[in-house]
Amino acid sequence: MNSLSKTSKQLIQLHVNGETHDAVVRSADTLLIALREQLGLTGAKRGCENGDCGACSVLINGKPSHSCLSLAVEVIDQPITTIEGLMDSPVSKAFVDNWAIQCGYCTPGFIVNCHSLITTHPDANDELIEEWLQSNICRCTGYEEIREAVHTLLASGQTENE
Amino acid sequence: MIAFDFKYIKPTTAKEASKLFLNAKQKGNKAMFYSGGTEIITLARVNQLQTDMVIDIKGIPECNVLEIRGNELVIGSTVSLNDIAKSKLFPLLGDTVQRIADHTSRNKITIGGNLNSELIYKEGILPLLVADAKVKLAKGLEQRIVSLESIFKKQLELETGEFLVQIIVDKSYLDHPHMAKKRTKISKVGYPVVSVAALVKECQIQIAFSGVCQYPFRSFKLESVLNDTKVPVMERIGTAMQHLPEDVVDDIQGTKAYRTFVLRNVLKDILEELELTK
Repeated sequence: MNSLSKTSKQLIQLHVNGETHDAVVRSADTLLIALREQLGLTGAKRGCENGDCGACSVLINGKPSHSCLSLAVEVIDQPITTIEGLMDSPVSKAFVDNWAIQCGYCTPGFIVNCHSLITTHPDANDELIEEWLQSNICRCTGYEEIREAVHTLLASGQTENE
Repeated sequence: MIAFDFKYIKPTTAKEASKLFLNAKQKGNKAMFYSGGTEIITLARVNQLQTDMVIDIKGIPECNVLEIRGNELVIGSTVSLNDIAKSKLFPLLGDTVQRIADHTSRNKITIGGNLNSELIYKEGILPLLVADAKVKLAKGLEQRIVSLESIFKKQLELETGEFLVQIIVDKSYLDHPHMAKKRTKISKVGYPVVSVAALVKECQIQIAFSGVCQYPFRSFKLESVLNDTKVPVMERIGTAMQHLPEDVVDDIQGTKAYRTFVLRNVLKDILEELELTK
């Protein structure tokens, strides 16, 4: 049985981007806080902190997750991928090539989500793409370019790092 | 950021989880069972909820089951909405939960969390009500299996220290003709103005509603009106409106008049389509 005390901070280990990191957290700290403030991984952005905007998206066990809606202590035994772990990934390149970036604040969350989409469903159709992309909000409303980036990538068949 | 501290515990048995809850209560502390945790985290962040301890039940194997066992579908309370939809084991439930929140959130929201939600919608319960589901509950050393309908009175009425372990659906319900319809105010992702799940069993439509009243419901009286095929569809719907369990919700998501209008149209679509399958 895992048990973390109420008041004191505890040392935990998080498995992020293929590496194991120590983090000192409160039980009430979300994964987003631990990533940003303990590990210095600031790619996951603090947006609504309510699970609505997707700016904080990371992959937990390969599945897109709002890091603002997970406790850090909840995911100590699970592999986590952040935007920093997707550097030079095909999806990052597709976003650049398709100008799927405006202010950039939502971009890490979109890229993480799209990476999971194209690796899980390399044959994704428009309906599935729309369902997945509904999880992220772009206040600059650059949705068309983001959709185009996903389409380009799926058409190229290059869905994994080579 | 959550401004207050709490203790986090992840037991591996139902007995242990229940004992932790009761011990905390005995010491004057507040404990909460934690499944997906999305609602606990969001409410705690804005101080609408306080707790001294969260008991994460995802470590209990019984709560993670999703399989056919003999003549029953068994769904653990900590199974995520996306996993339920992807399994395609109960298409009506899959169709319904696939419209709750957004895809990423559904990786975290669990069926048990949805059923125990503080929100009025709890749409995951609709297919379970129409499929006459049973639930397995745990408290201390004891576990009991009861009909969902018997313990769902506007919300799940569980005893102190008791929690939802599994949902059990008779296999015969899984492939009945069915329909799930959800209408939102604007976007596809959002709380329902009206959400309905229905299936046909022995030529009778069984139907449950969310977004209409302050809680999800299934009404046998309303079903008997809707199934009276001697009466024209719109007349049946008009009569059914008089058998709603309470006033239609009137809020920022939709006025009473708008919700009533939408409900009439949804019912018309459902009756017309499902009656063809009878």
